[in-house]
Amino acid sequence: MALTGLEIFKLLPKTNCKKCGKPTCLAFAMQLAQKKAKLDDCPCASDEAKESLSAAAAPPMRQITFGTGETQVQAGQETVLFRHDEKFYSPTIIAVTVSDKLAGDELQKRIDTVSGLQFERVGCKIGVRAIAVVNDSGDADAFAAAAAKADESSDLALILCSDSADAMAAAVAKTAASKPLIASATADNAEAMAKIANDSKCPVVAKASSLKDLVDLTEKLAGLGVEDIVLSFEGMSLEQELRSLTEARVLSLKKVFRPLGYPTLSVVSEGDAAEQSASGIALACKYSGIVILDTVEPFALLPMLTAVMNVYSDPQKPIQVEPKMYEIGEPDENSPVIFTTNFSLTYYTVESDVEASRVPCYIIVVDTEGTSVLTAYSGDKLNEKAVADAITKLGVEDKVKHRKLIIPGYVAVMSGKLEEATGWEIMVGPRESSMLAKYLQEVWK
Amino acid sequence: MPVPEITNSFAGSVNRVTLGATKESGGTRTSTVTIGGSTNVVYGGSSSDAGQKPVIAMDVIDTRPETWPDVLAQSYEGVLDSPADWAKKCVEESGADMICLTFDGIHPDTGDKDGGHAVKVTQDVLAAVGVPLVLWGCGNNEKDNKILPMVSQAAKGENCLIGPVEEDNYKSLTAIALADGHHLITKAPLDINIAKQVNILTSDMGFPLEKIVTFQATGALGYGIEYAYSIQERQRMAALGGDKMMAMPAICDAGYESWRVKEAKMDAEQWGPVDDRGPMWEAATAICLLQAGVDIVRMRHPKAVATVKKFINQIWK
Repeated sequence: MALTGLEIFKLLPKTNCKKCGKPTCLAFAMQLAQKKAKLDDCPCASDEAKESLSAAAAPPMRQITFGTGETQVQAGQETVLFRHDEKFYSPTIIAVTVSDKLAGDELQKRIDTVSGLQFERVGCKIGVRAIAVVNDSGDADAFAAAAAKADESSDLALILCSDSADAMAAAVAKTAASKPLIASATADNAEAMAKIANDSKCPVVAKASSLKDLVDLTEKLAGLGVEDIVLSFEGMSLEQELRSLTEARVLSLKKVFRPLGYPTLSVVSEGDAAEQSASGIALACKYSGIVILDTVEPFALLPMLTAVMNVYSDPQKPIQVEPKMYEIGEPDENSPVIFTTNFSLTYYTVESDVEASRVPCYIIVVDTEGTSVLTAYSGDKLNEKAVADAITKLGVEDKVKHRKLIIPGYVAVMSGKLEEATGWEIMVGPRESSMLAKYLQEVWK
Repeated sequence: MPVPEITNSFAGSVNRVTLGATKESGGTRTSTVTIGGSTNVVYGGSSSDAGQKPVIAMDVIDTRPETWPDVLAQSYEGVLDSPADWAKKCVEESGADMICLTFDGIHPDTGDKDGGHAVKVTQDVLAAVGVPLVLWGCGNNEKDNKILPMVSQAAKGENCLIGPVEEDNYKSLTAIALADGHHLITKAPLDINIAKQVNILTSDMGFPLEKIVTFQATGALGYGIEYAYSIQERQRMAALGGDKMMAMPAICDAGYESWRVKEAKMDAEQWGPVDDRGPMWEAATAICLLQAGVDIVRMRHPKAVATVKKFINQIWK
């Protein structure tokens, strides 16, 4: 549990030496409590103080990483139950299975398919970030061979799925340099899996069929020296799993219950692609850090990846699009010119409505620091100067012969000044973007 | 180490609301739906805290929709001109819990039809199906204020869910819903303060809070769903915190919103076949909002409905 400023103060030297840059030890303690300072700033802190403080300062949920280099992924370190309370830190890692029953070309094909599940939408790259090799064969050599193949021919982070310690040892021996996630330790194989994890310095999944058993297992693993643990449930219905994940999240964050202070992993293997996607979305929202699926259908994965992208976005930071001139369809020198703001929601709404109109257009995106039309106007981030500058900077006058600018209906009041600042004829568009199609088809012509 | 107990001291819960009136209650519905009742966060506590199972209200439009993408329109080939047959198809083939009859055709831009048309469609749909109805305006205040009272009157005693009313346009519809014994939808544009304000305004007119369902506006998956998601979570927290002005169940609109976005309808090989992707986008939008705690989901495509129903049945008993 986090310490209060006064509790921290008691651990400090109380010399008011100012070496930390604060006037007194008490002031420094208060800053520490608010996480605005680091204990390292105090050169005189005793070892005892450092130990107590670092134990208390450890995040309630540990961060786990696996994979290496550019494809390293991280889970955990979450601090809240609801994104509006702050934000979610580690977007759920979506992983897809590769069975070790496959061999040769079939194996290669599956690995390539899984690795290729990368998409680009609204200017962002999203995709499957881990490949989960599953020991369906029950055979240690087959598992090790498939793991080695996946490791060698895929850039994705690797998850090794087997409850057999022998198979795991064989697979880890071939892939340890890529820091795979070992899945899973159970009550039956805990010692052996702990040894593999400790020797290879790889994180390990602890898997049990109830919260209570899971607590026993993580304590056992911790006792064996394993630090990087991921929680997982087996044999549960989707409802039970979602409830258990929620309970574990509450216990780790609200009660700082260390045996459950780790990220979580779920496996979705039942149902068709659409059902897997539905389950995956629910699990990613509440509160799985890693979700492994069987499906490789892009139609099912894209919405799930999009859901993760949305729910794990920072509520404090509006998503912005690049302020530039966008061409919708194939506009020419007579095509209409519209402007809007660089708040991504505003822009993409306008974009999709312009697309729907089938009238080729130029959309000028004015930099309003990611605010919507009305907010930007009220905050003076959207004014005649910003628009005039954008028109000049983007070279709009070279693109079109006419000098007519369609402006959002909500800022009709700008018309006069805008006309003066730009010398363009101002046409007031609809207030709602949804009426743009009609406007372009009927008013523009 | 023993697992610590989580003790919740929630002061409130989500209102339990029953929609539809059977013969015994003075209506002609053959079934009713009850929503709300949750006493914890989604997946918090035990199954009994989850309240009522969320329901799906399938959209039926009063007039043939001209802008629906093919993937969607094909599912209703042959019934798009007949709201009664369309509603029947939704109930019989997709197991719609409710029908959301939407009066797009009265909008000045999309038909400008009159009260006689709206009343007839309402009567036809009431006669064709036994499930409770949602009666949804066209969004043009002038036309809604003129025609929805007639629709309300035509469905008097059926205990429909009618609306939506907004901060600057609530008086006439609130009064008529009260008189005709309907439940009311209060709408806010993704703004929790306005949401509360509309509830206060309608209750100031004497409309009972326990007969209100909120609509916080919906963003499609990929296009602002996170705003709706967080508002729904905050609404649930407010309800659990004992705020009577925010304790209503919630309706969201996955159908209209998701079928507007290009991921649902654009041909793009790398995104998978659009026949599967469109319904999946709608289902995913609905699933996402269910995680945040909505009670009624408006939906359109039968395939999407099937996926979401299956999910709901796995979670809520």
